[in-house]
Amino acid sequence: MERIREKLTILADAAKYDVSCASSGSNRKNTKGGVGDTGSGICHSYAEDGRCVSLLKILLTNFCIYDCAFCISRKSNQIKRAAFTVKEVVDLTMNFYRRNYIEGLFLSSGIFKNADYTMERMLAIVKKLRLEENYNGYIHLKTIPGASQELVAEAGLYADRMSINLEMPTEAGLKAVAPEKSHTEVRRQLATVNHQLVRFDDERRIIRSVPKFVPAGQSTQMVVGATPETDWQVLHTAAEFYNTYALKRVYYSGYIPINTDERVPMLNSQPPLMREHRLYQADWLMRFYGFAADEIVNATQPHLELEVDPKLSWALRHPQFFPVDLNRADFKTMIRVPGIGRQSAQKIIATRQFGKIYVHQLKKMGIAYNRAQYFVTCTDALNRYTDKDPQHMRALILKTGQSKYTALLAPQLPLF
Amino acid sequence: MPPIITHHTVVQYVFDGSFPGLLTAVFESYAARHDIVTLFEQDKVRNNFFDPVIIITTAPEKALRVWNGLKKKLTTAQQVQYYSAFLAEDTVIIQQLFNYARYVFDHAAGAAANYGHPAVMAVQQMAQKVSRERHRMTAFVRFQKTAAGLYVSAVEPDYNVLPLICKHFKDRYADQQWMIYDGKRKYGIYYDLQTIHEVQIEAAAPGAIVHAAEILPDASEALYSTLWKDYFKSTHIKERKNTKLHIRHVPKRYWRHLTEKQPD
Repeated sequence: MERIREKLTILADAAKYDVSCASSGSNRKNTKGGVGDTGSGICHSYAEDGRCVSLLKILLTNFCIYDCAFCISRKSNQIKRAAFTVKEVVDLTMNFYRRNYIEGLFLSSGIFKNADYTMERMLAIVKKLRLEENYNGYIHLKTIPGASQELVAEAGLYADRMSINLEMPTEAGLKAVAPEKSHTEVRRQLATVNHQLVRFDDERRIIRSVPKFVPAGQSTQMVVGATPETDWQVLHTAAEFYNTYALKRVYYSGYIPINTDERVPMLNSQPPLMREHRLYQADWLMRFYGFAADEIVNATQPHLELEVDPKLSWALRHPQFFPVDLNRADFKTMIRVPGIGRQSAQKIIATRQFGKIYVHQLKKMGIAYNRAQYFVTCTDALNRYTDKDPQHMRALILKTGQSKYTALLAPQLPLF
Repeated sequence: MPPIITHHTVVQYVFDGSFPGLLTAVFESYAARHDIVTLFEQDKVRNNFFDPVIIITTAPEKALRVWNGLKKKLTTAQQVQYYSAFLAEDTVIIQQLFNYARYVFDHAAGAAANYGHPAVMAVQQMAQKVSRERHRMTAFVRFQKTAAGLYVSAVEPDYNVLPLICKHFKDRYADQQWMIYDGKRKYGIYYDLQTIHEVQIEAAAPGAIVHAAEILPDASEALYSTLWKDYFKSTHIKERKNTKLHIRHVPKRYWRHLTEKQPD
């Protein structure tokens, strides 16, 4: 018992810097006599850092032949090393899953011996789960850089999501901290899986019984704050990968110094949590709110403002689009208003069929009216702010509320 | 001489608190042409002395007629919302559910999308709260395996959400026997590999023989609950510690049934 406890502690500790814990987006249902299904995703618990615990997130091993400056498991680090057997991972997953602790397995690994050897072991685990244990819960599988296309394509038949990390937002940044890795290799892997995904989808349109292939799609992760890229570069890379490889998610991980290395920020420097938060907001604007990366940040303003969120920042820079008349505006226009989200916009449109829109209704619907009031008109609210200068409006908005993040803003020291 | 009730009068209805009871009340209000009704649950009566009181006797066939009528006017999502809001067991929402039904029947199909109407908004918002609690229960149930192979869990949800999570657990754990017990409402749901039964646990009488296997934990239980607690600790990044956020996601009232929150 003590040995498995130690292994789990080491290999969970090493895996926690992968931020993805999504368990949604798959459509795998339980089979007869089997256990588990997937759906809209469930966070079964939350760690003390407030991050969701949805999947059993572990490394198969933290032995690694690489020496990446930002990674806790790099070859040159003097740390305890361990490796799970195939059976140990399967038993852990099944017993946790049956007790409703988790939504599934997130399996990553350091690279021992070589890429294919590691990938084969990971493949053996997911096959055993699916074929012997009748397990239909969620599986997120990291692909190993350098693994052969055949192994990656076969793993796709059993995993719900696959991912491989970009690590740094630009190739130059990556080369500086991880000379053995490259974006080219990441692109090759993402393209292999995406190509298969499209092929399977096409075939499924003709033959319904075509097996599932990575039904929850692919994702990737970038570390921000370890290398000197701007937010503009980060969001551009994200947008390009969303488009080219049809990724479901790009994750941004504020760099937490774990190694002493002059190529990355020193130990005990503050992780850039606020910047990370703003990047996620910008990511949402790109995926759900119809914003292009260049509208959010551009060459003249390459960084996201930390003080205000990116939508508000955009609105203050573009007074020509406001005020928006909520009795007439279409969905696309309304969701660009700070304080109005997609659900609120849908409710406004539904309600408009029954009469004009009034302020008290907006407040009831869950619109952040304190913020939206500067940018909208409706039946009983004429906009008093149209002539106001944006700087003045910004000051007004910042004065009301927002205090949630002031504590986070204060210790944000420049890293470079 | 009994008071004359016209449709302008406020009438007080007292019903048994059940869902069919609520629907029967809607039926009776149309049958008797009472336009303005205040609804009270039996035993929780706080009616006034001035307006006439009518006792509603729950009638399943009348309730079914009302429900079928609602089904014709509501989308599936709205039907689920209506029932979910009822499970909140809240006195204010009972009145809103009554008003909602009246409003929907009095208007053309689609009226339930009018978020400007107070009853529609109130029901939608309450349904959202109940749905959040339902979702929490799919997340926070922690099974313990007994020596007899039964997986048991105790919960104390804010709202009566067990009816809303049956299907989720049945679909997911189709090959294991499980039971989820609501300690607040003193009933549970039990799955026997075929169907789900509603169960009540009575405290064993003094001297009664309780089958030991039903209570003994399975040999693997201590190992996996310990491993889970280990995992929970290891997955936390201490540089990012954020207790406020942690508690917002996992409010303290749920901690006593969470394995990872139990002392070692």
